[in-house]
Amino acid sequence: MTGEILIADDIEVVYGARKGLFGAAKPGVKVLHGVSLRIGRGETVGIVGESGSGKTTLGRALLRLVDVATGQIRFDGAEITRMPEAAMRPLRRRMQLIFQDPMASLNPRHSIRRIVSEPMLFHAVARDAVDAEIRARAIFDRFSLPAACLDRYPHELSGGQRQRVGIARAALLAPDFVLADEIVSGLDVSTQAQVLNLLKGLTRDLGLSMAFISHDLSVIRAICDRVYVLRNGRIVEEGGCEEIFASPKSEYTRALLDAIPLPRIDPGWLARGSGVADAVEENGAK
Amino acid sequence: MSEPVLAASHLSAVSDRDRAVILHDVSLEVRRGETRGLVGESGAGKSTIAKAILGILPRTVRITGGAVRFEGVDLMTMPTHARRRLIGEKIALIPQDPLTALNPSRRIEAQLTDGLRLQRGLDTRAARARGLALLDEVQIQAPERVLRSFPHELSGGMRQRVLIASAFALEPRLIVADEPTTALDVTVQKQILRLIRAMQSAHGTAVLFVTHDLGVVAQICDSVTLLFAGRVVEAGRTADLLTAPRRPYTRALIEASPRYDRPDAGLRPIPDEVVAGLRAELAASNQASP
Repeated sequence: MTGEILIADDIEVVYGARKGLFGAAKPGVKVLHGVSLRIGRGETVGIVGESGSGKTTLGRALLRLVDVATGQIRFDGAEITRMPEAAMRPLRRRMQLIFQDPMASLNPRHSIRRIVSEPMLFHAVARDAVDAEIRARAIFDRFSLPAACLDRYPHELSGGQRQRVGIARAALLAPDFVLADEIVSGLDVSTQAQVLNLLKGLTRDLGLSMAFISHDLSVIRAICDRVYVLRNGRIVEEGGCEEIFASPKSEYTRALLDAIPLPRIDPGWLARGSGVADAVEENGAK
Repeated sequence: MSEPVLAASHLSAVSDRDRAVILHDVSLEVRRGETRGLVGESGAGKSTIAKAILGILPRTVRITGGAVRFEGVDLMTMPTHARRRLIGEKIALIPQDPLTALNPSRRIEAQLTDGLRLQRGLDTRAARARGLALLDEVQIQAPERVLRSFPHELSGGMRQRVLIASAFALEPRLIVADEPTTALDVTVQKQILRLIRAMQSAHGTAVLFVTHDLGVVAQICDSVTLLFAGRVVEAGRTADLLTAPRRPYTRALIEASPRYDRPDAGLRPIPDEVVAGLRAELAASNQASP
């Protein structure tokens, strides 16, 4: 089947709005202003932006973890914008989330075995505990995680191992779509490279679609087919990675690229700057 | 050549908890007006060195050998009160997280002018005037408003500017910058790097710049010391280290960094055999040196 796995059409998200039944009505703060995006089957799409750009909110809206005020979200052809939670549940397995900080998202009191097995049993992906164990061991092997890790607790693993467990937990549910939110930002470059390569192989082999949220355009370039550049809750540029990185159309995208320090000698880099970046800083002042 | 502002020589440290070697025979120098990058992966020992200079090592870490000299005086054997006075006055820190480094319940004015009042003996008015001048120097647009603000009222970039102003307040000889831009957006990072560079050139300060990012090193450091597992892997001019690395590990670390400009390059995990080779080499050199 071709086409899109996920489509967001002109969505807006408002935080803190209140209806005026008792007490005054509050308009709230609009964090997404009419964002539209589509993610094709098997495609990896980057969402890039600075802090406060709305990238995490966008990701959460795509998974229906926050409600949208207006607009429409379709997953695999079905409209899920206001689908009740009970109806959503069968879809939940098919859309998975890999978190930024595995130390915060993996329950510290549960063994790794329990962390990766429970979702498989809950969603009936595995028949029983033995089946779950076999599946877990297979993916751990693929991810170069020692099987002994299954008996450990999150704090006993290294940062890179924890992040791989987070990916394994999501992948074991055989999802169609995965949202990865800043999953390599705290890692050393070598570990980061390992995790990204692993993710790349996984999306390719399983035909997985992925939205990859990052503030780092170098990482986006390495893993994504297409990219959306988000600023202040609006998409300012979108397109294939090749074209955007070769010739960004938006001033803002150019400023973002220009701000990335590369490990090469470039004597003019520090002095080179654009007015856009300065405007961003002034906006950042509260 | 002039005497270095900071010289660590043959510094070694162990953890009292598990006897693990944290630093082994580390030497490095920072000269006036120079920015030296101190780089390495997590656990390489870079922040241990920064903490040893600032005298804030955790109790469980014990220095077992070597010296850290600041303008010729050994910091390790200095009486505590003299050292405390030195740090703050002649050695300053730009910390990683600008929010936790500032006291949330005090206004910027009080925090920025602490050193000026307590160490320099300026009165409130004179300290305030100097504070305004400092904020102006770090290119804060509305210095009066910022002086009256509490830390939570400022953005991350603004807070980091305040901390840079604060670090330069007493005209220190040495600044230890501990991952000062890791928590910032790239566009803000670039402005902060530019600012540190400008302030340093204007004042002739020596800067020890702790970072894990070789990109940042390439753009701001004159020289660099690369650490691995508490040992110096390679040290030299930044341009030499990046263009002609002497050790396979250095080359591998450069190749692991993602590069938007060269999608074919970068993102290569450091091969296990390179790490194993480096460990063996470093262990062999340990036995050779007493």
